[in-house]
Amino acid sequence: MTRFIIRRLIYSIPVLIGIVMLVFILARVIPGDPCTATYGEKATPELCAQFEIRYGLDKPIWEQFLIYLGALLQGDLGSSIRFGRPVTDILLERLPVTVELTVVALLFATVVGVTLGLLSATRRNSPVDVGTMVLANLGVSTPVFVLGLLLAFVFAVLLKDTFLALPPSGRLSPGVTVIPLAESWGLQELSGAPRSVLDFFSNIYTFNTLVTGQWETFADAARHLILPAIAVGTIPLAIIARMTRSSLLEVLGLDYVRTARAKGLKERSVVLRHGMRNALLPVVTVIGLSLGAFLSGAILTETIFNLTGMGKTLFEAIQGRDYIVIQGVTIVVALAYLTVNLIVDVSYAFLDPRIRLS
Amino acid sequence: MSHAEPSMDATVDILAEKAGSSSLRRDTIRNVLRQRSAVVGLTIMSILFLVAVFAPLIAPYEPNTSMLDLGEPGSRGDPPCIHLFGCPEDEPQHLMGLDSNIRDEFSRVVHGSRVSLQIGFLTVSFAIVVGTIIGAIAGYAGGASDNVLMRMMDVVLSFPSLILAIAIVTVLGTGLTNAMLAIGIVSIPIYARVMRASVLSVRETDFVTASRALGESSRGILTRRILPNSLTPLIVQGTLGIGGAILEVAALSFVGLGAQPPTAEWGFMIASDRNLFFSAPHLIIFPGIAITLSVLAFNLIGDGLRDALDPRLNR
Repeated sequence: MTRFIIRRLIYSIPVLIGIVMLVFILARVIPGDPCTATYGEKATPELCAQFEIRYGLDKPIWEQFLIYLGALLQGDLGSSIRFGRPVTDILLERLPVTVELTVVALLFATVVGVTLGLLSATRRNSPVDVGTMVLANLGVSTPVFVLGLLLAFVFAVLLKDTFLALPPSGRLSPGVTVIPLAESWGLQELSGAPRSVLDFFSNIYTFNTLVTGQWETFADAARHLILPAIAVGTIPLAIIARMTRSSLLEVLGLDYVRTARAKGLKERSVVLRHGMRNALLPVVTVIGLSLGAFLSGAILTETIFNLTGMGKTLFEAIQGRDYIVIQGVTIVVALAYLTVNLIVDVSYAFLDPRIRLS
Repeated sequence: MSHAEPSMDATVDILAEKAGSSSLRRDTIRNVLRQRSAVVGLTIMSILFLVAVFAPLIAPYEPNTSMLDLGEPGSRGDPPCIHLFGCPEDEPQHLMGLDSNIRDEFSRVVHGSRVSLQIGFLTVSFAIVVGTIIGAIAGYAGGASDNVLMRMMDVVLSFPSLILAIAIVTVLGTGLTNAMLAIGIVSIPIYARVMRASVLSVRETDFVTASRALGESSRGILTRRILPNSLTPLIVQGTLGIGGAILEVAALSFVGLGAQPPTAEWGFMIASDRNLFFSAPHLIIFPGIAITLSVLAFNLIGDGLRDALDPRLNR
């Protein structure tokens, strides 16, 4: 097992270098020079010469790459052209929003998707099966932004004065505030990396309010998460439901399942203990592969529901041509994606001995 | 010995034909048509094609003409007015209402089908051509070139596709063509992998060995023997890819990186009328349905083709 993990880690090194190189090259070939982009009409040759020296742009390209790589290893992603703040700070503040949204959407998609897939497979060709598959097909075909806008319309406009009403934007209702973890736990003096980690978790509102027992705030934060999470989770949910169904159907046709049935096991136990265990393997891969869909969905959804996470940051950076921020977000997202796929691979090997032995 | 050559060549052709024979093609079509969902997909796609071809005849107005210019009544985001459903006869009919620029939404949605079909087919064609070349070289040459090419593909695949596409468009510049190019680039690895896998499996078959023994050039083997036999998975993947491409280009247009005004592109139409959404939801719903239906059509056909070609699922 350890050998498998090490081998898999080594395999990801060239890909990692490739990602960094690709993002670096993309950032360098962006049309227009950064000096004019920063100063606009105020850019003079002298000012630009200074600017180039300050940002190391006068050095040869390979040296720039090494400097960039060195900074990256120290967690330095440069400073935003528009806000002048370090990109790392901006991301630390906003990444929790995306992480929270993605995790909730992932839970929603997995729980509902696997359940629906299981129901369809065990009731093949029944109305439940046909209905689920029609919905799954519609689910993968609906753009996230259309779904998000429709959800907002239905739950915030049509159902406005009913108990089903849900907020269409923001993370908390006006007037509701979340006490930072550092404050609740009396850790204000903490600084450096531990403080960053603490602030990171503190900004995941549902986590923060849950561990500190601020129940009303938790309910409010959770209510704000429902619509965006459904919007983000629907496409992966549809994929997971279809995968669970087809994978379970395949497994249920195998000889050992027939044996299990023949020895008189209850259908419930055949499906859940014998069938699902093996059927879930491909589902795990699909969940990992859907992470791209989750992240892309989060970007679109955040702009619709006015959540200031990675997606909204990227969206604003695109509008303001803030290349450093675009570069930073891209690299962080790619690294997160790579890491999760690594975890999925490892868990796959953990679940299926044939893989780690091959 | 030399007199035997033509017949040997013919044998190779027969062998090659067997692997991808025309009866397989006939079976496939029959198997696809046997599936209800694929037939639904084909029907939607046919309607979509007809709408795109006859768009100027179907649409009552020019897609980019404002009612103001025509001197007709109407204001921003007017709801649909359909005479059949009780809209007063003296008001001009607008099946899907008016958009934020007082243009006929129905005409724009109809014309949008042209844009979206072009997006789907051009983007996927580009990705298939480039991906096939890369995959064929990697699979056939093997060794170092295989390694380098496929690691490059891994790098591209290690980005969530929309994010990499966004990065590429910021480099290339905003616009529909660049958005399509970006989505095309991002989808290359899928086709490269599919092609490489089929090259690896076809490369070792007897008819390829036979062609090689007869002195056929590498290029001849690749284009005349291997490629025709690798088409099936590429077609399946490509059909599914068309739906994906339409979705992703619409998403790029939605964030403002794709289609620019006044193009009648569905994603862009939704983005530009977003502010009116709560008072005029039809401006989101109709283009939204249009996107969903076209993506659904290609997904259903793609699934149908895959099931029809997968012998394990033959019933």
